[in-house]
Amino acid sequence: MSSFRAPPRKGENFELAADLNSEYKDKRKDAIKRVIANMTVQKDVSGLFPDVLKNMQTDDLEQKKLVYLYLMNYAKTQPELVILAVNTFVKDTDDPNPLVRALAIRTMGCLRAEKIIDYLCDPLQKCLKDDNPYVRKTAALCVAKLYDLKPELVIENGFLEQLRDMIADSNPMVVANTVAALTDIHAAAVAAGVPRDQFPISTDIVNKLLVALNECSEWGRVAILNVLARYTAEDAGESEHICERVVPQFQHANASVVLSAIKVVMIHMRDISSENLSKTLIRKMAPPLVTLLSNPPEVQWVALRNINLLLQKRPDLLSNELRVFFCKYNDPLYVKVEKLDIMVRLASENNVDPLLSELKEYAQEVDVDFVRRSIKAIGQTAIKIDEAAERCVNVLLELIGTRVSYVVQEAVVVMKDIFRKYPSTYEGVIPTLCANLDELDEPEAKASLIWIIGEYAKKIDNADELLGIFVDTFTEESYPVQLQTLTAVVKLYLQKPESSQGLVQKVLNTATKDCDSPDVRDRAYIYWRLLSTDPGAAKAVVLAVRPPITLPRTTVSAVLLEELLGEIPLLASVYHKPAETFVGRGRIGADTVQQKKAELADDRIATQKALQTVAAGQQAENLLDFDDDVQGDGQPSGLAATTILAQTPAAANLLAGTSSNPLDDLVSIFGGANLNSTPAAPAPANGLGGFGFGASPLAPAAPSITPTALSPQPPQQPAQGGQDDLLGLF
Amino acid sequence: MISAFFIFNQKGEVLISRLYRTDLKRSIADVFRIQVVSNSDVRSPIITLGSTSFFHVRVNNLYVVAVTKCNANAALVFEFCYRFTSIAKSYFGKVDEEAVKNNFVLIYELIDEIIDFGYPQNSETDTLKTYITTESIVSSNIAAEESSKITTQATGATSWRRGDVKYKKNEAFVDVVETVNLSMSAKGTVLRADVDGHILMRAYLSGTPECKFGLNDKLVIDKNDRSGGGDAVQLDDCTFHQCVRLDEFDSTRTISFVPPDGEFELMRYRSTSNVKLPLRIIPTVNEIGTTQVTYAVTVKANFNNKLSATNVVLRIPTPLNTTNVDCKVPIGKAKYQPAENVVVWKIPRLQGGQEVTFSGHAQLTSTTTRQVWARPPIDVDFQVLMFTSSGLIVRFLKVFEKSNYQSVKWVRYLTKASGSYQIRF
Repeated sequence: MSSFRAPPRKGENFELAADLNSEYKDKRKDAIKRVIANMTVQKDVSGLFPDVLKNMQTDDLEQKKLVYLYLMNYAKTQPELVILAVNTFVKDTDDPNPLVRALAIRTMGCLRAEKIIDYLCDPLQKCLKDDNPYVRKTAALCVAKLYDLKPELVIENGFLEQLRDMIADSNPMVVANTVAALTDIHAAAVAAGVPRDQFPISTDIVNKLLVALNECSEWGRVAILNVLARYTAEDAGESEHICERVVPQFQHANASVVLSAIKVVMIHMRDISSENLSKTLIRKMAPPLVTLLSNPPEVQWVALRNINLLLQKRPDLLSNELRVFFCKYNDPLYVKVEKLDIMVRLASENNVDPLLSELKEYAQEVDVDFVRRSIKAIGQTAIKIDEAAERCVNVLLELIGTRVSYVVQEAVVVMKDIFRKYPSTYEGVIPTLCANLDELDEPEAKASLIWIIGEYAKKIDNADELLGIFVDTFTEESYPVQLQTLTAVVKLYLQKPESSQGLVQKVLNTATKDCDSPDVRDRAYIYWRLLSTDPGAAKAVVLAVRPPITLPRTTVSAVLLEELLGEIPLLASVYHKPAETFVGRGRIGADTVQQKKAELADDRIATQKALQTVAAGQQAENLLDFDDDVQGDGQPSGLAATTILAQTPAAANLLAGTSSNPLDDLVSIFGGANLNSTPAAPAPANGLGGFGFGASPLAPAAPSITPTALSPQPPQQPAQGGQDDLLGLF
Repeated sequence: MISAFFIFNQKGEVLISRLYRTDLKRSIADVFRIQVVSNSDVRSPIITLGSTSFFHVRVNNLYVVAVTKCNANAALVFEFCYRFTSIAKSYFGKVDEEAVKNNFVLIYELIDEIIDFGYPQNSETDTLKTYITTESIVSSNIAAEESSKITTQATGATSWRRGDVKYKKNEAFVDVVETVNLSMSAKGTVLRADVDGHILMRAYLSGTPECKFGLNDKLVIDKNDRSGGGDAVQLDDCTFHQCVRLDEFDSTRTISFVPPDGEFELMRYRSTSNVKLPLRIIPTVNEIGTTQVTYAVTVKANFNNKLSATNVVLRIPTPLNTTNVDCKVPIGKAKYQPAENVVVWKIPRLQGGQEVTFSGHAQLTSTTTRQVWARPPIDVDFQVLMFTSSGLIVRFLKVFEKSNYQSVKWVRYLTKASGSYQIRF
């Protein structure tokens, strides 16, 4: 068989094979380097396996490393040949040079060929007890590698017990690697569903780790801190002790050590009853957090995402530090966006003036996305701080004055929210907004302006003219605009019936006859029936008082927040999403999210719904996972991925959690109201359902031929609460 | 943890690829190329596709990429990427495509040593250099003794220092380097002014010296002697090299350590109170109609006239539709750079107390767009030797060693700004 696929007798591989068998040492070494170079650019050099293998037995450490590198790559494809290397490996683990011993044991663990594993156990046993700490630390990680391949072997050989004993090792680096290996094994065991805890943490272990913490390398500290975070303290005293010992790590130069230390303190602070001590701890946390911002932008970004979480838990954490979050002109966009978010969180009555002038500055920059976010931030500040609302409105008006299209549009959207929060306070700006009617070409901006016109129809003299413009182009508009137009016209009709009779007739006609969106059509039918049967009820429904909007203090639910705080510098805390949603366990992962959510009776239903959507979305993404079974070429999966994944750039991903868009509030209220009212008042809900079902088949017919079964009941009082919101919002 | 490590060039070609775990294929590199390198609109340093997360850092014309499939420690991964570049820099000078191509064997050796199974291991350059060298080591029985010394050091409590360092002359150089961050509003009010300080040390000391280090900062002084608080500088926060005993700093506020041999960053600090701004910039920019902009930018050196600022570079933005700028400067050279839409004014040396003014006149072409000029801030780069913006002074550096030798210490101060001293107008 192999003779068919034998490489041609010439070409690069043939030459390399010749050089690998050369009698000159230098030539052979040079050939190995060329083989590795080819391997890196993904040329297939697996055919040279036997030739490379011949060069393994050497005194030259560098050459040995290169051969090992080659072996690690191709061992899986050439399992029969790997066996030839075993002898050299085993011999190397007895070498007097500890570097060679460590190298051999490290490489053997990476070969991942079934046949070699059986030969691994004895040398590993030996290396775990080696005199040299360098060999021991390498061997400790090798146990984790073995567990990844064949967990049974680790358990049979008692390596786990041995690892647990090694936590008491005198060398801090060995302790750190042991801890890392055990954590890795624990994670693998949990993922595989092994019921037994492979790495139980006792008080004894914690004490040993606290000693090693101050002595080991920065990476080792992170490993140890992660274990401390998993430990549940026996009493408040122990929690205090752990916090005290961990706090000095806040001063470390490595950001991951600082953040991991903060995680440990946040976790163990839950058990500390003394108010004073937790205050001191929080106070000590603030300066290091700010210092993280002088790191390179990527690290800054990770820090900012985590600061955002910490602020949700402890809003007072950085209350005096607003200025350090001011954006620099040359910050990357992702850093700027995070800073904006944090600035709004830190906004208070005292610092609102510098904040607003800063936001105004940003709103005049070049990047459209950043400008929009800055304007949104102004709106959020207005909603957050009542006293500053007027100043915010003035800034928005100045921005509208620039007449830059996207600035004006975003400002209009933001104004809508300000109107919702402070009804009938800023009616004076309505003319300015209406003057920019022609500028608007985005659906959201149009819809917002229409909503404002509808809401204040009574006070705008030419409201019918303005809405008339939209009614004329009704069928060309997008659905959200159509829905808003419909509602606004009905609102106008209810407030000024005399001047808008014709308009409402026209819009209802167009919406029911010429519109192809079932939502728009059905809503038109509902309004039509309401208006024709009981205008009083229509008023109660359409002109109902809406619940005031507030700026949510948290973007994730309380339970999720606690969970995320426990994962501080990890990806989950950067994404503000539980790990299951992006780490590939496919459906199972998403299910557990849902299960967990189901347990949280106190959790807000709305948030839960949002989370499930996130999970569902991620589920869909997981289907695109790069499966191990996909053959080596990878191209198809990569290309296939582009089309769909292009819509989910990570930035969008991230922002799914942070509902900076106030329309999200509408949606959540919608969802919440629906869910709340269903069990409480089933009758009206059915009634509504009846509308929907009945109306659709009747679509072409005139609504006046109402079958008795459909006789529209006026919305019943008990359900009013929920449904008012639902309809009145639009 | 880290499942794979790649280095790409700007075109997306793989220069280095190393898999640490088997949950990935080598072909994952193609996915990164398609999603990030050839995507012009990447707005996050972490990209998660399915369950695979790509962390990337751009260094010169390279992408340094770490890939993971788990809920990895994001801060650690980025810190690691930056650590790798700093190690690479100390091994072969600059980190760019050519250097990586020329040193790929060395890089493979390095990344094999500094990560094992996805967990970062020893990453101290000083130690690494003892056993990963540019010349090949021949392992024989004689070298074995040497390598056990190396390994003890690589894993020991002072993994950053060899025990047998010997110098004829024992010297320690301390450089206090402060970077000033300033953003000033158009009205001349300071929006933000703070100092990022780095204390760099070059220690050429024999044996295993024990050092104690003191500054005139309040963190230290408040606890030890209250009388010396007069010229004390308030530091908001400081972080230390891993050789500094953090527990000791926490309890007694003393900075004590066994230094690595050679150059290292001992400490970083941040100060926001009483920041002295070495250069004061007063810009007057007027747009005359839609075709002209006039500039008068005054720079005033606000420090002792015995000192001087060097390498002062002002980057004064011009509107995008500028055709030409007439520049008049009393000192240095000013030139319009059309590619970047800035006038670059370079002043090689500016004496303390000196005041100079740039006057310029930009001609614009008429445009149809209504978009107003965003007016990016004026950016100033400079260096002032023997001056600290925060007022920080090194009080003492004591060296204790068994053999009780005399050591010479040198202290230098430098305040600089590069890309962070911004004045709006």
